[in-house]
Amino acid sequence: MSELDINAIRERLKGQNGKQYWRSLDELAETEEFQSFLHEEFPRQAAPLEGTWKRRDFMKLLGASLALAGLTACARPLPSHQKIVPYVSQPEEIIPGRPLYFATAISHGGYGEGLLVESHQGRPTKVEGNPDHPASLGATAAAPQASVLTLYDPERSQAVLQRGEESSWGEFTQELEQVLSGLGDGTGLRLLTERVTSPTLIAQIDSLLSQYPGATWHQYSANAVDDLLGGTEAAFGQRLMPVYSFGEADVVVSFDADFMNDYPGRLRYAREFADRRRVHQASADPGRFYAFETTPTPTGSIADHRVPLAPGEMIDLIAAVARRLGVDAPERPLPSGVTDTLVDALVEDLTAAGSNALAVPGAYLPIAAQALVHAINDALGSIGTTATFVEPGDRNDENGSESIQALVEAMNGGQVEALVMLGGNFAYDLPASTGFVDALAQVPFSVHLGLYQDETAQLATWHIPRAHYLETWSDIRAFDGTISIVQPLIDRFYGGRSDHELLAALTGNPEAESYDLVRSYWENQVEGDYEGFWRETVYRGAVQDSARPIVTPELQLANLELPEFSGLTVTFRNDPSVEDHSYANNGWLQELPKPFSKLSWDNAALVSPATAQELGVSNRSVISLEVDGRSVEAPVWVLPGQAPATITVHTGFGRTASGRIGTGVGFDANRIRPATGWVAPVNVSNTGGRYELVTTQDHHNLNGTGEARHIIRAGTLAEFREEPEHPHFVHPVAHHESDLYPAFEYDSYAWGMVIDQNVCTGCNACVVACQSENNIPIVGKDQVAVGRAMHWLRIDNYHAGDIDNPEYFHQPMLCQHCEQAPCEPVCPVAATVHDNEGLNTMVYNRCVGTRYCSNNCPYKVRRFNFLQYAELSDTATELSMANNPDVTVRSRGVMEKCSFCVQRIAKARIDAETESRRIADGEVVTACQGACPTEAIVFGDLNDPDSAVNRVKSSPLNYALLEELNTKPRNTYLARVKNTHPALTEDVVNA
Amino acid sequence: MAIRSNTKPFRETNRVIARGQTYKGIDDDVMTPVLTHPRRTPTWWYVGMTIALGLLAVYLGTVVYLVVRGIGIFGNNQPVAWAFPIVNFVWWIGIGHAGTLISAALLLFRQPWRTSINRFAEAMTIFAVVCAGLYPILHLGRPWLFYWLLPYPNTFGLWPQFRSPLDWDLFAIATYASVSVLFWFIGLIPDLATLRDRAVNPGVRFFYGLLSLGWNNSTKAWQRYMRAYLLLAAISFPLVLSVHSTIAMDFAFAQVPGWNNTIMPPYFVAGAVFAGFAMVLILAVPLRKAFRLEHMITMRHLDNSAKLLLGTGLIVVYGYMIELFIAWYSGVEFERYMAYNRVFGQDHWWAFWLLILCNFVAIQPLWFRGIRQSPLALFIISVIVSIGMWLERYVIFVVTLTKDWLLSSWRDYSATLWDWSLYIGSFGLFLTLFFLFIRLLPSIATTEVKELAYHDAHQGSDYYEKIRAREAGLEVD
Repeated sequence: MSELDINAIRERLKGQNGKQYWRSLDELAETEEFQSFLHEEFPRQAAPLEGTWKRRDFMKLLGASLALAGLTACARPLPSHQKIVPYVSQPEEIIPGRPLYFATAISHGGYGEGLLVESHQGRPTKVEGNPDHPASLGATAAAPQASVLTLYDPERSQAVLQRGEESSWGEFTQELEQVLSGLGDGTGLRLLTERVTSPTLIAQIDSLLSQYPGATWHQYSANAVDDLLGGTEAAFGQRLMPVYSFGEADVVVSFDADFMNDYPGRLRYAREFADRRRVHQASADPGRFYAFETTPTPTGSIADHRVPLAPGEMIDLIAAVARRLGVDAPERPLPSGVTDTLVDALVEDLTAAGSNALAVPGAYLPIAAQALVHAINDALGSIGTTATFVEPGDRNDENGSESIQALVEAMNGGQVEALVMLGGNFAYDLPASTGFVDALAQVPFSVHLGLYQDETAQLATWHIPRAHYLETWSDIRAFDGTISIVQPLIDRFYGGRSDHELLAALTGNPEAESYDLVRSYWENQVEGDYEGFWRETVYRGAVQDSARPIVTPELQLANLELPEFSGLTVTFRNDPSVEDHSYANNGWLQELPKPFSKLSWDNAALVSPATAQELGVSNRSVISLEVDGRSVEAPVWVLPGQAPATITVHTGFGRTASGRIGTGVGFDANRIRPATGWVAPVNVSNTGGRYELVTTQDHHNLNGTGEARHIIRAGTLAEFREEPEHPHFVHPVAHHESDLYPAFEYDSYAWGMVIDQNVCTGCNACVVACQSENNIPIVGKDQVAVGRAMHWLRIDNYHAGDIDNPEYFHQPMLCQHCEQAPCEPVCPVAATVHDNEGLNTMVYNRCVGTRYCSNNCPYKVRRFNFLQYAELSDTATELSMANNPDVTVRSRGVMEKCSFCVQRIAKARIDAETESRRIADGEVVTACQGACPTEAIVFGDLNDPDSAVNRVKSSPLNYALLEELNTKPRNTYLARVKNTHPALTEDVVNA
Repeated sequence: MAIRSNTKPFRETNRVIARGQTYKGIDDDVMTPVLTHPRRTPTWWYVGMTIALGLLAVYLGTVVYLVVRGIGIFGNNQPVAWAFPIVNFVWWIGIGHAGTLISAALLLFRQPWRTSINRFAEAMTIFAVVCAGLYPILHLGRPWLFYWLLPYPNTFGLWPQFRSPLDWDLFAIATYASVSVLFWFIGLIPDLATLRDRAVNPGVRFFYGLLSLGWNNSTKAWQRYMRAYLLLAAISFPLVLSVHSTIAMDFAFAQVPGWNNTIMPPYFVAGAVFAGFAMVLILAVPLRKAFRLEHMITMRHLDNSAKLLLGTGLIVVYGYMIELFIAWYSGVEFERYMAYNRVFGQDHWWAFWLLILCNFVAIQPLWFRGIRQSPLALFIISVIVSIGMWLERYVIFVVTLTKDWLLSSWRDYSATLWDWSLYIGSFGLFLTLFFLFIRLLPSIATTEVKELAYHDAHQGSDYYEKIRAREAGLEVD
């Protein structure tokens, strides 16, 4: 037997998190003898430790590790090295079965969005928006909702790697110390981060840079925020973050700006804009919204007038409008898709609104074009009223792309001795044209801190698992500068280190903890009662009055060089579901049907019908896109309303090292993305291949039979004003309610919902919120392909009119809770029954799975477990920890559907009954309603005459879908009303 | 009267039975194959049984995989929650209709030509019902809980939901199956006794003795037997109408455009009789040849069956017409589109037109006597009709479900390998039972045929033709 290296054993034990069970010192030392002994004694156990894992073995091991993990998992909610003591008397707040909510914040493109996270006995399960946070106002987007799934993802990185071999934090810090000591003043040390807005981290980086004055800090984010700041720099001479007041804006024009969905401040803007745009009565004044876009966006889809424009045409239009408004812009012709009447109407509306008008530049626009849009606001006098600016929350005066260029040059020149990458997945995110991947190989010591052992982790010499935001302390600034303390809800699930801890290690303090680092930073910032400040801030989720002061910049347009694009172009966007690289291994987001295309599990080259015809391609044809000599093959999806001659591709796919969910899904658009900007001329060739794309909805077009079905009801504000009581477009079919039997009397509560289609943008936040709240399983691409996606709430997407520039309609579709539900009388075992509050309930354990109810449901909202989709207890992975304990996990062979979040109603009822009162209006918030950024979904008690839901339902626009069937749905919709310009009414198609 | 030699070529006849039959001759012809020593069982039986067992293995394999994996192995999806299993269920149950119609209805209407084909038609009914009845259970999400549909006292304190047509369905099929089995068995008793008496091997004698329930051929026994048989016939006759009406209710009761039609019950019954007679012909044509029973299953039987096939086929075609007409006449967009989609829809138009070809065009030759009296032509037409009736259910159930109310939920359907294996495998179940039947039981009701032979011998050659003079148009030789 070889000698035991006692020190190595100690090191190994130190590097582990959680209590370790070991059998002998030999095992701990992992000596050769022990390994061969293990091999001989337990050949089957030993095998998986070496070589590649088969999927089955992986699943088995997951199951086994979960069973064994039970022992250590008990200690997880508390730091492992601290002693735990059982409750002698139970703390007041922790009641088994009652969740607690903690305020924290998540980063979207580097900017914070406040959250309240639901925790069941120390286990975070559901994300809600923080109403006190200015960038959330209580709402969340889809990706933050799904972030709890990432927390538990068993494929997250769990071990420190040195050149792919398992190592430890201790070994890493030793080598780090050596490398740093060899660097002297830090020349050759480079720090590469994503956009950093954390005050603590910025302070730490400052201290690192002062310790190593020769070091350089580079920042790069794989989103367009950098270009947004570049736009303000081009217009005002300084990098500023716009803060718009949509509540004040009477006329809004968006030039490719998806400001409600993909913009810093998106959730706040969505709320303010929706509040301004709501039409319940004919007297409402929703203002007018023009949208010009290259690819359909949720924001543009609710515009009064929407025109698809190719990137070159977009610039032409901006220039033309700017000139009309008196800006000294280059003269450009009007794009062919835009008529003089339209520009006249737009200019007329903008001028009439004056300082209450607002032009919003798209972050993906070339920065010169963005600057022109700021100039339009300046000409309208809206800067300072609807368009205000603050200093951005990050510390970076440098353009990210230029910064990367400098870094890559230095790396190739051998000037970089040590590269530390905080977060990000730069080997994937950076366009291939930057040459970063090859340059990284030149760096002798590179460190990657990341959630996954991704592409960058595999190339770096060291990989450190990063702590998830729900596992560690930090702080972050929102788009307007408001600071939140990021609070963990659970101890590190898979080990991992935070950004702060790695930074502390760089400055010689490898054992520092995030909690102490964040606290000590704030201790120096606060005067007076620090403990009081800390408690209050952590509790509320935002530092009070920490928003940056409004600055009123002077327009300094000089020598704008507007780029020109002609011919076929390709535009790049972050994927609406998986965003950049961050959520590629998140099954909820991969399966989430994308707005408009309803594609699931893939990205595609979005092509307009006209361009598809020209190229001779159709859906699922594979084309080759070539930009500057680099090419990528992509399947085509023909999207009505996509700008002609423009192909839109989304980043976030084509991953080679993402995990079992994300690897190999879609194609990698970053391979052809230019080093700067988001548009490039492209050569397209048809490869003749086919690729299977799957969607959750095949038929979108409302023309023909769709129109005659009156699924979507829409009119103009002018029509509504003519018939303010009974607009003809709301009830196109005469319908007489008649019944042989007397109606059931609902004498307690009568739950009902109404969805305002005027403000629904189809952003998918509700879909993921529902999935998270109700333990809805994912089914995988092959099952989506055969039409078995399980979403209880789906967003039906329709378009009407011209195929090149259709009108879009989003219709969130969930169980309508019909008072006379067709599903109920056909069930032979009474597994779906009505309750006395009007809910159509599903009794899972009574269901035998005849599926008759699904056939008979006119809305097709029932979802069937054709196979075992949910994880079973004996094969469950850690992902099951994300399940809501208040909702049953369904087995195969069982029908399921929306329950109006009956578990939330039950909770409110218990509260109300213990206090001997009725459930108050607003006390029950369904998951979809809670997430909705525009408050398009209103839920409540129809028996309460003053309830919000009754107020909205009293609108003359209220209609029940397929009301002629006499199903009496409890969920109704508000008809769509467009406030079109009188000169442009012919655009409107009444569906 | 001589016993017809089995080796001489036989001339086809249009009489109900050929001239000159003796009791012994009838018994010899029907009972000998049953009592033959296994070693002398004809090769074709072994070949057929092997094929049947092979298909049965496919069926059982599919069932095992289905229970292990779940019904997701089929092509069903949202919105097509019912597909192949239900199509096959209704198809089999339709086939099961001719048996009862032939035995009960024709007995009550005193149609003597039923006698030689009723036994195997009834057997066919029972086996088809077995095949059919398994589908609704197998297509459940949790098939092991099917008994929850039964009203039995249980600790849940729960009864089935009697408003659901699926529950009516269960009762209808269970009633039909039990009455059919009883009727068939009672009819078998005198023949089983004959087998008992003719059997040489004591074991065989014991087996048939047990089954014949101590039949002693007394007048009292005969009198009670005839009474019971007639009573059961009277009980089963309404079932011919009720079973398929109830199954049609599964669809008529639903709100789905294209299902919610009052025409469904009669239209389904006609379709069932149509499909049933097609299957009778598919079985009768080879059977009479294989067992040399042309003198008992005569041209008369084939001709009459073909006429019924033509008549019910035309009713079914009327059903198609009226369905389409009502869809248009209703003025309801959903109904109209459903009809349009069935006939011209881009995904499944072929199914509709193929069905018209099979169920309408293919039966037109039956207007001609020459075709009606050609066993080969009848066999081919019957196979085509069976395919047509399968397509009819496919169009009504599957094609309708692919496009119902909301456009967003429209989705195409395609069957998987497992859908096909459960369908093709079910032939294995059917054929295995059928081959066992023809080997172990008399496939013709000899007692009734003997009755015909008696009249033939004692009341002159055309006894039945005389007393039923109104039945004209058939050439009597």
